[in-house]
Amino acid sequence: MPSLEYFIVLSAILFCIGVWGVLKSRNAIVVFMAIELMLNAVNLSLVAFASNVRTILARFIQTVPVDQVSDLLRTSTASGQVYVILVMTVAAAEAAVGLAIIISIHRMKDSVNVDDVNIMKW
Amino acid sequence: MVEEQIKTLVRLVPVFPLLGFLINGLFNKRLTGKLPGVIGSGCVFISLVLSAWAFFLLTSLPEHARSVGSSWFEWVVSGSFSSSFSFLYDPLSAVMMLVVTGVGFLIHVYSIGYMHGDGGCSRYFSFMNLFTFTMLALVMADNLLLLYLGWEGVGLCSYLLIGFWFHKKSAADAGKKAFIVNRIGDFGFALGIFLLFWTLASAGHPTINLSEISRLAPEILVGGGIVTAITLLLFLGATGKSAQIPLYVWLPDAMEGPTPVSALIHAATMVTAGVYMVCRLSAVFILSPVTMMVIAIVGAVTALYAATIGTTQNDIKRVLAYSTISQLGYMFLACGVGAFAAGIFHLMTHAFFKALLFMCAGSVMHALAGELNMQKMGGLRKYMPVTFFTMFVGTLAISGVPLFSGFFSKDEILYRAFSSEHGSVILWAIGLLAAVLTAFYMFRLLFLTFYGKSRINPEIERHVHESPRIMTVPLMILAVLALIGGYIGLPHALGGGAWFERFLSPVFTFSHEAAETAGHHSYSIEYLLMIASIVAAGIGILIAYRFYISDPERPKRLAERFNGLYKVVLNKYYVDEFYNAIIVQPVITAALFFWKITDVMIVDGIANGSARLIGWFSGKFRYVQTGLFRNYALLFVFGVIVLLGFVILR
Repeated sequence: MPSLEYFIVLSAILFCIGVWGVLKSRNAIVVFMAIELMLNAVNLSLVAFASNVRTILARFIQTVPVDQVSDLLRTSTASGQVYVILVMTVAAAEAAVGLAIIISIHRMKDSVNVDDVNIMKW
Repeated sequence: MVEEQIKTLVRLVPVFPLLGFLINGLFNKRLTGKLPGVIGSGCVFISLVLSAWAFFLLTSLPEHARSVGSSWFEWVVSGSFSSSFSFLYDPLSAVMMLVVTGVGFLIHVYSIGYMHGDGGCSRYFSFMNLFTFTMLALVMADNLLLLYLGWEGVGLCSYLLIGFWFHKKSAADAGKKAFIVNRIGDFGFALGIFLLFWTLASAGHPTINLSEISRLAPEILVGGGIVTAITLLLFLGATGKSAQIPLYVWLPDAMEGPTPVSALIHAATMVTAGVYMVCRLSAVFILSPVTMMVIAIVGAVTALYAATIGTTQNDIKRVLAYSTISQLGYMFLACGVGAFAAGIFHLMTHAFFKALLFMCAGSVMHALAGELNMQKMGGLRKYMPVTFFTMFVGTLAISGVPLFSGFFSKDEILYRAFSSEHGSVILWAIGLLAAVLTAFYMFRLLFLTFYGKSRINPEIERHVHESPRIMTVPLMILAVLALIGGYIGLPHALGGGAWFERFLSPVFTFSHEAAETAGHHSYSIEYLLMIASIVAAGIGILIAYRFYISDPERPKRLAERFNGLYKVVLNKYYVDEFYNAIIVQPVITAALFFWKITDVMIVDGIANGSARLIGWFSGKFRYVQTGLFRNYALLFVFGVIVLLGFVILR
């Protein structure tokens, strides 16, 4: 298995592409996709950290009392993966709401260009 | 036993006018017809009966025990200082209570007729009852705080009743004037009380109890300027309330109120509060010869000064108002020469005849549809016999014609002004001159109103009628009092026992001794002075007769000859204009300055300016809100980068 650094770098690249997409594109759907990209970049880093958690925690283990070490290891391996599931459900809900908003904007303005939506302007 | 009875009675006396005030005030619109008047008069009548009862019980006590304290409740307690809502019943307050409730009751009854048909009847009677209550509190108070409460209360009622017809601008203005001028006096009065309390407290006696002050004053307040300062400040309060120079200007204007109000408040009772206060604190006043001299001089000068103005006025009520100022001057003259009992004696007789005169004037106005100008009256004798006759009695009494009450009291004052150790020939001469003028202007009033040819508007003359019985009966009772009221103070020289003075003597123990020593003038001087005052009254009456009966053109000729002087006196020596120029106008100018410059420009400027500054800034900053979502996202990213940079580089 490749080392942790590759996953982290990939995740960072994906995240930056997402940011770039959000800032650059005018199409609401593309913005939306870019956001999904950022979320998945984070998911990737989360699972990467979760599978390498033993290596990371080994550095801190000296400071933890011996009888608590096993508890700590068991819970930490699971929590990263649980977090990914959480992010995916939230992303699904967000996608539903976001798409509904985009559809209603499209009905109102007959466009999905975000620059046209500036009714909150000064 | 008797004391207990007195205590109960005295506690009850002020309750009834307060009750009447509450009933008339709370059920204002629901009481119609004569009901408010009946309630108002009834309450005062009960008080009168109780006062009279208490008075007879008091006379049954031995002389030295005639001072009964009676308390409602503890009012203000603070540390070692305490002041209760309690009353002091002694000969002085007994006399004052009888005057207030007695004359007050007659005026209430008269008001039923006078105010008949006025829409604000129950408001009127509620104010009158409130006035009676506060006036009773004033004269019955056993401490300065309660006295001050009454003092301010009567001032308030005076204001409310002067401005009773508030829709008339002149009446509303007169009310304000009375209130503001009184404030100046009250300011001095309050300072006097504070200084008195402070002086006593620093000597270890923190008290405002009147009898304790009288007891302690000779020990603590002797010597030094402090007692002069105290008494002069207190006297300033008295000049405001009792309309003396320099604060008399409000009283003539106060005639804008209903005439019974002028009779009750601005003649018989409230304006005498200053005299009462000086007498009540006589133990303090007597300690400062300077103040005594000031009081005597102010009193004498006011008596003469107001009398001269009275000779030229044409408004029937204003003549009486200046006459009241002049008579109050006599009372202060008496106080100033140490003859406090004589001052109270004149206060009482004056209450009778001046209330009578005012009510007669009211009766005349009633008949003439509110006409006040005496030049448009005349010949009323045949239309209004009762009013004429009672007014005649009142005029004789105030002019000091022998056998009438005013003669005895005024003569007593003049005699004391001459013979007392504080008095002098000059004070006596001024008083005598004022007596001539008094007789003159009062008979001028009588002749112009009731004698001669009628100058009444023929339209009105057809409806001229005598007032109803409810108004004339109080007139008759007061006429009887004005006739016989003087005999309770009949001096030794005329074979009397000076009963009134003896009755009051426990209150004025210190001055009594002075009077005794001075009283050893032989009677011959007293007779001489008496003849002088009779002659003075005679001269005044004679001049009035020559001017207004035998040769009605003469006053006009005289006025033309001394045109300048006549104008000055007719315009009341331009004192109102003078006060207006040196006090009222500068105050108004200062007020305008503070309004337009300080308030509108500076204070409002700061408040509005800061708001405008913030508005300007927000106006610039709102352009941040572009409405373009990508701008927000960009800012967000920058924010994150900055935060991250901060965390990493830290």
